[in-house]
Amino acid sequence: MTYKNILSAAVLSAGLAASIAMPAAAEEKTDFQIAWSIYVGWMPWGYLGESGIMDKWADEYGITVEIVQFNDYVESINQYTAGAFDGVSATNMDTLSIPSGSGVDTTALIVGDYSNGNDAVILKGEGTLEDLAGKSVNLVELSVSHYLLARGLDSVGLSEPDLDGVVNTSDADMIAAYATNDVEALVTWNPLVSEIVTNNPDANVLFDSSMIPGEILDLMVVNTETLADNPAFGKAVAGAWYEVMSLMAAGDEDVLTAMAEASGTDLEGFKAQLAATEMFFDPAAAVAQASSPELPTTMTTIAEFLYDKGILGEGAPSADFIGIEYPDGTITGEAGNVKLRFDATYMQMAADGAL
Amino acid sequence: MRLINQIPSRPSAIMLATIPFFLLLIAYVVGSEIRLAANPQDKLLPALNTIGSTAQRLFFEPDRRSNEILLWKDTFASLIRLSMGVGISALISLILGMVIGLLPIARSSLSSFVSILSMVPPLALLPILFIIFGLGELSKVVLIIIGITPFMTRDLSQRVLDIPTEQLIKAQTIGASSLVIALRVALPQILPRLIANVRLSLGSAWLFLIAAEAVASNVGLGYRIFLVRRYLAMDVILTYVIWITVLAFAVDWVLKTISRKAFPWMEAGL
Repeated sequence: MTYKNILSAAVLSAGLAASIAMPAAAEEKTDFQIAWSIYVGWMPWGYLGESGIMDKWADEYGITVEIVQFNDYVESINQYTAGAFDGVSATNMDTLSIPSGSGVDTTALIVGDYSNGNDAVILKGEGTLEDLAGKSVNLVELSVSHYLLARGLDSVGLSEPDLDGVVNTSDADMIAAYATNDVEALVTWNPLVSEIVTNNPDANVLFDSSMIPGEILDLMVVNTETLADNPAFGKAVAGAWYEVMSLMAAGDEDVLTAMAEASGTDLEGFKAQLAATEMFFDPAAAVAQASSPELPTTMTTIAEFLYDKGILGEGAPSADFIGIEYPDGTITGEAGNVKLRFDATYMQMAADGAL
Repeated sequence: MRLINQIPSRPSAIMLATIPFFLLLIAYVVGSEIRLAANPQDKLLPALNTIGSTAQRLFFEPDRRSNEILLWKDTFASLIRLSMGVGISALISLILGMVIGLLPIARSSLSSFVSILSMVPPLALLPILFIIFGLGELSKVVLIIIGITPFMTRDLSQRVLDIPTEQLIKAQTIGASSLVIALRVALPQILPRLIANVRLSLGSAWLFLIAAEAVASNVGLGYRIFLVRRYLAMDVILTYVIWITVLAFAVDWVLKTISRKAFPWMEAGL
């Protein structure tokens, strides 16, 4: 093979690599994709995709929005970060650590709910948070569970080094893990929490997210540039979302049953999970949460937690090197590097009936 | 000259061997450049020098939180699990393979059982393994054993069956008992096959190890990869992947060398 041949082959393969490596460039376009994964507060995404409500709103604005379900939550965020999707369902903490931490300017389009008991620290047997000292705790490391544990320990003056350690355990195997003798305590989320608590009389909930209300937010986040270039995308998604919210608020049994079945439970089980979730059925309530004066404090605490755990990357100079912008224009962290924006515009439009 | 008879000279053989690596590298660098031009903080395809400095940090600098060099700790933990799993599997499959291959009674009762067992996907049984063996080291080693022993056993018993009947009859005519035939006729012919078998099963063994570490662990190469995946630290993941490849290659090379030195009559293959 001559040098020339090698070179042309190299250029060819490079071109191939380039075509798959191209991040989604922001520009005016008509076809959008958003990803979601199964969680009580995100079940409406599946429903609005299947019921045709999304298509109805997309047609109204002359675009298409495809809703894709992921079985793996982290992978859905990674795919969004890599540019394969225009939006993804994620918590405020994971949005800050993955897309924003990777330099993808991301906007929280919809604040769907906050966890109000859906995440819990569970001890096997009697005891209190103080009794966790010297024990090992099973959880999905670096997830909101880990954050919840840190907040819980903090509330009784302990910190992670006081534990025997944390053991990273896949959420898929959490129920089986609880049944083994090695596990003394764990932190997880619903529907796993209710599954464990219902089936194990010795399961003792020490601390749950209802004790830190408004800190673990479930969002729909979208690429900031895509949204800026395509306001129709934001309008269609917000319109479809709040149509489903009004159906849920009205207690439409068909809608709730469809979501319950999609999440692998029945209507009663789903209602129990919803009870531990503070859903913002009313767009005005979501606007109020996004504009809450406590949100900057929460986000700063989260950023410090992420920095402390090394999640913001070894290259992160400090906990506040990522700027976060709030609806009133205030910024926490580095103003020159704003990568996460809470934008109430589209939720406000929904509240005003302007969609 | 026919294509099948064209044999490359030594220098061009070396060049041909480097081409796929070279193309892969170019493709990576170009992809990485394009993504980094669009977003300088992109983590998906980090630049080569980023991977280089990350690798240097991982190999030589202690973690600022635990003050230990995590990569070595992970490597040590994983290699112990791997060698225990593979070692025990090799021993079990050697014994079972000999018994099934030599004794018709054992063959009747075990061979179809082992064949069917080797079709069971072990990863699907993880929850049962956890409950029986706990979440500690044992269940990780057991997963490797369950994963690779059945097919190693199948292969070894087949190799024993392949021993020419003439050899077995000859041994019997000079008065060898079943035990002596097993130790003096079958074993020396099976040992090199065992090493070849271990080499082939190492790929699956790594797979099962990483799967087990991803599920529940606090140290290990697979654990670290799945942990940092949560914040898309591809520079760390790629360093670990390259390191695992190097380790696997080194282990394979060691086994190949042992096989060649210990059993010179058995031509070591690829």
